[in-house]
Amino acid sequence: MKSFIPPEFQVYRDEDRCDQCRGCERQCSFGVHSYDQDRDSIISDESKCAGCQRCVIFCPMDALTIRPSPSSYRPNSSWTREKMDDLKKQAETGGVILTGCGSDKPFRIYWDHMVLNASQVTNPSIDPLREPMELRTFLGPKPDFLKISGEGKDVAIETEIGPNVVVEAPILFSAMSYGAISYQAFKSLAMAACDFGTFFNTGEGGLPKELRSDYGRCAVVQVASGRYGIDAEYLNCAAAVEIKVGQGAKPGIGGHLPAEKVSSLVAETRMIPEGTDAISPAPHHDIYSIEDLSMLIYALKEATNYEKPISVKIAAVHNFAAIASGIVRAGADIIAIDGLRGGTGAAPKTIRDNVGIPIELAISSVDRRLRDEGIRNSCSLLAAGGIRCSGDVIKAIALGADGVYIGTAALIAMGCTLCQKCYTGRCNWGICTQDPRLAGRINPHIASRRLTNLLRAWSAEIKEMLGGMGINAIESLRGNRDHLRGVGLYEWELDVLGIKGAGE
Amino acid sequence: MTGPRNPSDIDHPSSADQKLPSHLSARTAGQGIPDEGSLERSDPGDEAASPTAETSNQVCGGAVVDATGLKTKELSDRLRDLMLAGTGRMIVKNACGQRYIGTRLYRPGQASLQIEIFGTPGNDLGAFLSGHRILVHGNVQDGVGNTMDRGEIVVEGRAGDVLGMSMRGGRIFVRDGVGYRTALHMKEYLDQKPVVVIGGTAQDFLGEYMAGGIVLVLDLGNRGHQSNFIGTGMHGGAIFLRGSVNLTQLGKEVEISAPGEEDHALLENLIHEFLIRFPELAARQEELQKSQFVKLTPVSKRPYGKMYAY
Repeated sequence: MKSFIPPEFQVYRDEDRCDQCRGCERQCSFGVHSYDQDRDSIISDESKCAGCQRCVIFCPMDALTIRPSPSSYRPNSSWTREKMDDLKKQAETGGVILTGCGSDKPFRIYWDHMVLNASQVTNPSIDPLREPMELRTFLGPKPDFLKISGEGKDVAIETEIGPNVVVEAPILFSAMSYGAISYQAFKSLAMAACDFGTFFNTGEGGLPKELRSDYGRCAVVQVASGRYGIDAEYLNCAAAVEIKVGQGAKPGIGGHLPAEKVSSLVAETRMIPEGTDAISPAPHHDIYSIEDLSMLIYALKEATNYEKPISVKIAAVHNFAAIASGIVRAGADIIAIDGLRGGTGAAPKTIRDNVGIPIELAISSVDRRLRDEGIRNSCSLLAAGGIRCSGDVIKAIALGADGVYIGTAALIAMGCTLCQKCYTGRCNWGICTQDPRLAGRINPHIASRRLTNLLRAWSAEIKEMLGGMGINAIESLRGNRDHLRGVGLYEWELDVLGIKGAGE
Repeated sequence: MTGPRNPSDIDHPSSADQKLPSHLSARTAGQGIPDEGSLERSDPGDEAASPTAETSNQVCGGAVVDATGLKTKELSDRLRDLMLAGTGRMIVKNACGQRYIGTRLYRPGQASLQIEIFGTPGNDLGAFLSGHRILVHGNVQDGVGNTMDRGEIVVEGRAGDVLGMSMRGGRIFVRDGVGYRTALHMKEYLDQKPVVVIGGTAQDFLGEYMAGGIVLVLDLGNRGHQSNFIGTGMHGGAIFLRGSVNLTQLGKEVEISAPGEEDHALLENLIHEFLIRFPELAARQEELQKSQFVKLTPVSKRPYGKMYAY
């Protein structure tokens, strides 16, 4: 069937600069560029272009420009080009529209409507270059009270404290499975987490055996509805275990890793036969209630000898504050909440763009709810889904999170350009692919350095902002909403966020 | 929070005097013949009723833990202490709802342990089990062998729902019937091929999402299979049912066939293994070997492969 969808991007080649090295042809896995012998020139099939900019960056002559196609339907606010093209695609295939990355729709980004405080005159600011500044964060349950015994120097804590893990800055790498992303990208995250002193999250694709001894100590291993790659060694080699209930990009649905992506190594890590779909059911079939969730939490505590914190990851949806309260009471040590703009390797577009709520509103309501119920100390709170910079991190913590998960930001650090073609498995940047030729474009030693650089830079910025507020420990900012003010927000939004308007 | 554990709560055979409960030492010494009460398996509270007499699966000797009044974690504390002390065989008496028995017994390089349970263990028996053998003289509840990796669970009774969910290896034998959603999303990988053999029948959604392994349902009561939605979403493995089944009882992702020659050898072997574990049923051997079976396999390894627009 002839496709009626016009090209999204235009490829402009400066023929004066192009020396026909055919580098662009080799770089593009979508097959946009090819050499035409008859005409002795490089031609471009724009209909295949994802706009990922790989060829642009790697053109040695800087001869290429990729830009949104100037050709357009008659402008229409209701029938946007995306709506029309998706509809045509469905008319041509009869299938569900897939996409990758987080939602790109113009939902209000509350980070950009909140401003931070700074000390002036009465409460001096602190210079982080000269004074110690504490970003170290402990994730896990804190006791209701501490009973201390002994005198003088022989003091001991008598209270039994549940398992906590420590991160050098409250920024963890979000769940991205080996299978969704390439081995090299996965290993880069693992290396960077260990180098920096934070954690990466295995997603539900298992942890390759050869990575367990070196990187298990920096891993949060996931237990999701498909239960892929899980055995007792997997659970016990990690720092923490996370039950994945939901994901911000696709709340309420499972996942299908298509057989094309189940290579022999992916199959080995997930422990499934090569070439079968890896189907993750929408629910955990042993969790139909908070009581059932509690049963799985304690099954995992038993399986790890009560030595590791158990996290539960949910998508931010309606009434989730009550759900979070149930999760804490079910015995979770950490709750991870993933917001509307959370990323994905593949999700139906209609789910990604229509289900869930923004993470900013979620953090505030869950923190308040748990405080009101007097159980906030029983668990740590990780926020995820749309954290783009250190400013977002610090605002998330001021709203009430203990730390954040970053996924998309980490991928961008490794080269991702958010072309949203993750689900095709043909990522030109070597991230979201199992093609060894493409995956080899990531060198874990270099990519992990990009990641640690990012974490170091954000940490320095967070320290600067903390110092500016006259605070010397990130802990003192947690849930300290007095340091935030809203700009351009409605009354109800300020209420949900629990902050005052700017100027108040 | 549990208080400090009292080591004297645990009877350990390696202790100096080989201290065993009276009825066990009596048996070992070949003394007293069990009185009538000891044949009453239904009375878990009666000490004399425990590991004796007609159950041929019993493990003689081993460390005995009386689970009376113990909470789940208290019992698993004791079992783990026994493992760390090098005990190879554990006998849990008077189990009553304690969950996750066997789950906490993982340790790298740990040899397979034998755990014998009298009473009714709670949910998630043997969850994440990695190589141990669990024998239950009685019924079990939901979630037996949840995400089990290796080992064996034998149930001299019936089992609840979601037995063998996401199990990837090992074997489960249940003498009587099982509840809903048995072998849900069971999978296999290389030489790890889980096996579930059920003496009775299963309820609805048997083998839902099943991705690998073998399920055999023997229907020893000759009641006929009543289960519906068998193999819904199935995309790997095989289910064998003794007798027949209506097509209306099957999920649309399943096709039905007669077992082939290789299958017959497999069935013969599994029936043999089943009857070894339940010798009281040995008389049924010939009947079972001669019975007709149907084989259910997935239509496609990719039931949802054509859902998406690329």
